[in-house]
Amino acid sequence: MEFLTTFVNGLSLGGIYAMIALGYTMVYGIAKMLNFAHGDIIMVGGYTILLFLFVNPIVAIIAAMVFCMILGIVVEKVAYKPLRGASPLAVLITAIGVSYLLQSLAQMIFGSAPKYIVIADLGILKIGSLSIGYNTIITLVCSILVMVALSLFVKFSKTGRAMVAVSEDKGAAQLMGINVNRIIMITFAIGSALAALASVFFLLKAPTMTPTFGSLPGIKAFTAAVIGGIGSIPGAMIGGILLGVIECFAQAVPAISPYTDAIEFSILIILLLVKPSGLLGKVRREKV
Amino acid sequence: MKKFTSFKNYINYSVIGLITVVCVILSLSGVLKASTAILLEEIAIKIMLAVSLSLVVGFLGELSLGHAGFMCVGAYLGGKVAAILAAPLGNGILTLVAALAVGGICAGVCGFLIGLPALRLKGDYLAITTLAFGEIVRTIFLNTSEESFGGPIGLATPRFNKEWFYVICFVMVLITLFVIQNLIRSKHGRAIKAIRDNEIAARATGINVTRYKLIGFILSAVFAGLAGVLYSYTKFNVSSQIFDYNYSIEILVIVVLGGMGNINGSIVSAVFVTFLNRELANILTGNLAVLKDIIYAVILIAIVIYRNAPALKGFREKYNIKQLFSKKKAAQESSEEAVKEEN
Repeated sequence: MEFLTTFVNGLSLGGIYAMIALGYTMVYGIAKMLNFAHGDIIMVGGYTILLFLFVNPIVAIIAAMVFCMILGIVVEKVAYKPLRGASPLAVLITAIGVSYLLQSLAQMIFGSAPKYIVIADLGILKIGSLSIGYNTIITLVCSILVMVALSLFVKFSKTGRAMVAVSEDKGAAQLMGINVNRIIMITFAIGSALAALASVFFLLKAPTMTPTFGSLPGIKAFTAAVIGGIGSIPGAMIGGILLGVIECFAQAVPAISPYTDAIEFSILIILLLVKPSGLLGKVRREKV
Repeated sequence: MKKFTSFKNYINYSVIGLITVVCVILSLSGVLKASTAILLEEIAIKIMLAVSLSLVVGFLGELSLGHAGFMCVGAYLGGKVAAILAAPLGNGILTLVAALAVGGICAGVCGFLIGLPALRLKGDYLAITTLAFGEIVRTIFLNTSEESFGGPIGLATPRFNKEWFYVICFVMVLITLFVIQNLIRSKHGRAIKAIRDNEIAARATGINVTRYKLIGFILSAVFAGLAGVLYSYTKFNVSSQIFDYNYSIEILVIVVLGGMGNINGSIVSAVFVTFLNRELANILTGNLAVLKDIIYAVILIAIVIYRNAPALKGFREKYNIKQLFSKKKAAQESSEEAVKEEN
């Protein structure tokens, strides 16, 4: 029974990772950049919820998603757009700068002490000897819904297909009349909204928020995106869920639980050495 | 002209040497305060870190986000060696050399290990791998037993309780500069820069990319490890919490502020940032303390955009400080020549 509990917890955590990883992978596929500040959008989402929680939890969640969407678009316009076409190293360093800036701003506004943000107290579901928090179930259901919705959106909507086209060949997509700047903007908006949603589920799991909260889940979600093959949407989902399950099982074993992070990152390094394109990624040959 | 360039090559050695001599004279005459000596130690360690990271980021053109990890390896292993040897050998130069050797070599081995993925990975992937490496190292040291490396309490190290430890730090800075600058000016350095500019072209001209990438990573790691050993000597206790991802970013900020691929720039910005950190920490207290980080972040973004944005290319060429100076100089020279000819 303990095995099953751990497994369900892992799936739920994996759902959160997958949601964040989707943001990474979509931005990477379309703008060809690693958005280092993506993890910090989660943190911004958490603090926005804190600000609006006095109204209503649902209002707070919507406010967080809208605010993060706007923030994602602004960051893209101010920091990343001027560097389109510049060397990848420059873009990466700017993204690190943005991440640093968001963390420092949050620390100035909210202080470095953890804030307790209780969205709702959901209780625990008990079936026989199996006990699972309702938050776990909600997270799992919501993340599956989000993934299905996103897959359908990308596959069937006009904008979604334009996104796929831009990720395959930016120049050709532009010639077909797709507004590439608009597509990149939409991608950042969707990614950031998903990050805000992820922060809701993190807060349901453990109701504390600090200015540096976002960096570790951000890095782990990126790990998940790389494991699944960056640029691939189903890959990000599989990678996220895999990573979540591994994390929960590693934490369940007392002997290796302190090394959980090290194990996850070791998996990343080994996988990159063995299969650099990830599980579902496409191999890109470099041409002169 | 040749004389001028050779002087330029040695300008940073002479400036640092001069500063060290001045500080020694000051401390002998009792003017130098103990707090200033500690600041000098910090500055020297930061210079070593910045110059060694500059080798990978500025010259090899690969982003490393795990520099604090190498420093962590050096600090822990070097500190442990110092703690063991301090009893039989005494807390002197001999122990320090042994600690430096062990810390440097172990960090170098880690550099080799992280250099291996660097051969297959590029850009973002490599950045995340080095970041992962840094976190792995930190987690491992955090969870060691109390007898071995102190675990969460941190490793107790013998503080080198001599007021002139900063002199040793500056000697190490000179050694770092000597090795890295000579490497960059040599044939090998040109090969490393060629890899940065275009890896495929470099490979086509017969440069052994594998070898030079590994050399870059190993050397950078060795000097970060040495800086770590010095760091452990300046503290009574080494805690793995310090060597986190933000510390790596701080070193990266120094390198970017100084100008990528410019060693003198890295030195100046390391001195400037460390000094400013100290001063700002005194002025800004409470929640305002992060104002400094905000300023750094904004400057970092602004500099990178200014230096790299394709749209600003014309602007950069028009208002290039270096070019303005050289144009003036050229104009002056030509006018002087004209005067001579007239005479």
